[in-house]
Amino acid sequence: MADAFIELDHVEKVFDVRRRTGFLKRERRRVRAVDALSFTVARGEMVGYIGPNGAGKSTTIKMLTGILTPSGGRLRVAGIDPSRERTRLAHHMGVVFGQRTTLWWDLPLIDSYRLMHRMYRIPDARYRENLDRLVALLDLGDLLDVPVRQLSLGQRMRGDIAAALLHDPQVLYLDEPTIGLDVVSKTRVRRFLRELNAERGTTVLLTTHDLQDIEQLCSRVMVIDHGRLMYDGPLAGLHEAGESERTLVVDLEREWPPIDAPAPARVVRVEGPRQWLAFPASRSAAPLVAWIAERYPLADLSVREPDIEAVIARMYAERAGRAVP
Amino acid sequence: MGSGRLYLAVAVGGFRRYATYRAATAAGVFTNTAFGLILVHTYLALWEARPGLGGYEQAQAVTYVWLGQALFATLAIQGGGFEVELMERIRTGEIAVDLYRPVDLQLWWLANDLGRSVFQLLGRGVVPFVFGALVFPTALPGDVATWGAFLVALLLAVVVSFAIRYLFALSAFWLLDGQGVAQALTVTGLFCSGMTLPLNAFPGALGEVVRVLPWAAQLQLPADVLMGEAAPLGAYAFQGAWAVALLAAGRLVQAAATRRVVVQGG
Ligand SMILES: Nc1ncnc2c1ncn2[C@@H]1O[C@H](COP(=O)(O)OP(=O)(O)OP(=O)(O)O)[C@@H](O)[C@H]1O
Ligand SMILES: [Mg+2]
Repeated sequence: MADAFIELDHVEKVFDVRRRTGFLKRERRRVRAVDALSFTVARGEMVGYIGPNGAGKSTTIKMLTGILTPSGGRLRVAGIDPSRERTRLAHHMGVVFGQRTTLWWDLPLIDSYRLMHRMYRIPDARYRENLDRLVALLDLGDLLDVPVRQLSLGQRMRGDIAAALLHDPQVLYLDEPTIGLDVVSKTRVRRFLRELNAERGTTVLLTTHDLQDIEQLCSRVMVIDHGRLMYDGPLAGLHEAGESERTLVVDLEREWPPIDAPAPARVVRVEGPRQWLAFPASRSAAPLVAWIAERYPLADLSVREPDIEAVIARMYAERAGRAVP
Repeated sequence: MGSGRLYLAVAVGGFRRYATYRAATAAGVFTNTAFGLILVHTYLALWEARPGLGGYEQAQAVTYVWLGQALFATLAIQGGGFEVELMERIRTGEIAVDLYRPVDLQLWWLANDLGRSVFQLLGRGVVPFVFGALVFPTALPGDVATWGAFLVALLLAVVVSFAIRYLFALSAFWLLDGQGVAQALTVTGLFCSGMTLPLNAFPGALGEVVRVLPWAAQLQLPADVLMGEAAPLGAYAFQGAWAVALLAAGRLVQAAATRRVVVQGG
């Protein structure tokens, strides 16, 4: 890799969780949220970071931003140890947490930006220029004088993304930036991120549960589960690695016994006249559709792409199976 | 230089936020005036029975009462300032947002709290104080210099008050639940800052102790500076020493908290 901008070398984070189990009785448990995690991200890359709930994604981002200290291993961003030099690094990074806001709730949007201007000591001309550009690209013109608490979720998210970019950060961390957004807002946010990465060369690390975010934005995806890196490569490869399956949803003219499809396709669910068939994502659906149409009273059909959760779940199940000695 | 403007902007923000709560301010003015009336009559009876209690004349005791009511919100004597919000941010993990900014957490909240104090001095303090001074015989100085000396003591008092609450609030990193901490703040604040009875009038060893605790820097010392009962420089030294010690302790705890402790939530 030409220029490793983010470097993790066997990074771990262990949480000590104390739980009351009775009067004066406590139980201590250690949660290994991130486990011997190693990867590098080059300057200007746009990487998707995915995994099931509790996999350790947010914990990784917290360590990268310096607000959590790793329990072990070595971590560098732009050559800086984030938890030691949090404030210095802060000038070079932007962070957007989908479920949180950096904006001041009671104040008009523009007031938050003015505070950012001072906080990051952005030169006046630079601030004007960036603000104008972000307001235009994210369509914030009518919202600047609205108190943040009156913004809709999608509007607030766009406001937050602009806030994270006013100071021209070299790296942008996005933790579920499209959560709860409608299709139009998602599309707009994705288009904006693609342009940001292409035009400014901003390094982007993105966590999401929405496979489309990754498909449309990231040439590289990392999958993590139980704090361990399970896959690192292009999205297409993920489907192979996960042996993922697509689903053919078939509507017959009336109720029928499960379709006796040729292997490896198989019926996974039947509900009245509707049947669900799973088949490998790597194969075309056409022969299967033809085969069914010849033998059954077909009324309608649709193909569902494998969803990321299923792919990850299957990858994990596979790994657990292999790990048994 | 650049950061001076930032913290000024933060202080202005703190001022403006409290300025929007008009109804709460009006209710506060009413409460402090009513409380002042009750307390004044109690004090008058007490000083009737024990003339010169705590070294105060009756008129000084009355002045002390109205000063206490005027500064009650300014000094957040029973808590309820920024620390409630800070503890809540720590509990919910919202603090993460504050931590990945290039700002000093302590200075940030200090600026914010100073803005709040200034608003509450003007919005909540002036009316009860003027009311008390017009209706009752008080012992107020006639010279500008003493008023100036008082304002300096008041500024130091606000900083000490902030530093105490900041330390208490950081405990939320370990305890998470701020309820008990807030209650402890209320009780110690009301009792140890001399809100119920001037610290000068506390008897024996108890008096000796409360008069050297940091809470003495809040109401007792500015009151004594205003009424000419304490030399300003001595008062400043006491307040300044506590301010420095508590702010330094706050920084140490803050460093420990952000290094070792966990930021909550995904
Ligand atoms: N403050 C904490 N104290 C104790 N355990 C924690 C803490 N924060 C996270 N964990 C644990 O660490 C693991 C990873 O959590 P993390 O928030 O990083 O997951 P995530 O990948 O972001 O999940 P999600 O998709 O649900 O957001 C979980 O098992 C979680 O319970
Ligand atoms: Mg998360």
